[in-house]
Amino acid sequence: MKILLFGIAKEIAGKSVLDASEFSEAKNVGELKKVFKERYPEASKLSSLAIAVNEEYAEDDHKISTGDEVAIIPPVSGG
Amino acid sequence: MKKKIEIVDSIDISKIYSELSHPASGGICVFIGTVREQTQQQTVNSLFFETYETMAVKEMHKIADEATKRWNLNSIILQHAVGKKNVEEAVVLVGASSPHRDDCFTACRYLIDTLKERVPIWKKEFFENTDEVWVTPHP
Repeated sequence: MKILLFGIAKEIAGKSVLDASEFSEAKNVGELKKVFKERYPEASKLSSLAIAVNEEYAEDDHKISTGDEVAIIPPVSGG
Repeated sequence: MKKKIEIVDSIDISKIYSELSHPASGGICVFIGTVREQTQQQTVNSLFFETYETMAVKEMHKIADEATKRWNLNSIILQHAVGKKNVEEAVVLVGASSPHRDDCFTACRYLIDTLKERVPIWKKEFFENTDEVWVTPHP
């Protein structure tokens, strides 16, 4: 699994890719969000935090597999 | 149906007419988002945009397809720029053409509003007083 970070989430974590082994306990999107917020408490202050799995927004109950590309999506601000 | 979806380094406004013109269309509607100098009483020097490009392009295609289903459109474009952008520069361009103007006006509004809600692009503001801030809300 590959975990990518963008925008303010990248700044909070201080890197653009996370070590997936630190998130091996997370079986689904909701658990991954929880672990991320525990590791990086600053992330709890964001107005929203979405997760994409293989380039698609994913709900909390979406299962994560080893080959997945996961992205941490802080509030978007295009336009 | 003409469709163009892109993340670009800079937006070239001069091509928009030929990109959207279509023999079956009686009108073209375009929205261009630009860098504003003032935000919440602070002076902005520049903005910096970054994206998760592969996902952004996928989401932009979905938005274009949703609009094509809802309105009678002959052409559609969504472009967003990345990198550093100065005051007055174009950062986003959306547009559509349709047989009658109602469809392209309504679709254009949908394209920009939905792009701002869903497409994974982030903007950082660089202020005159040297602060840098990632923008988190989307008004």
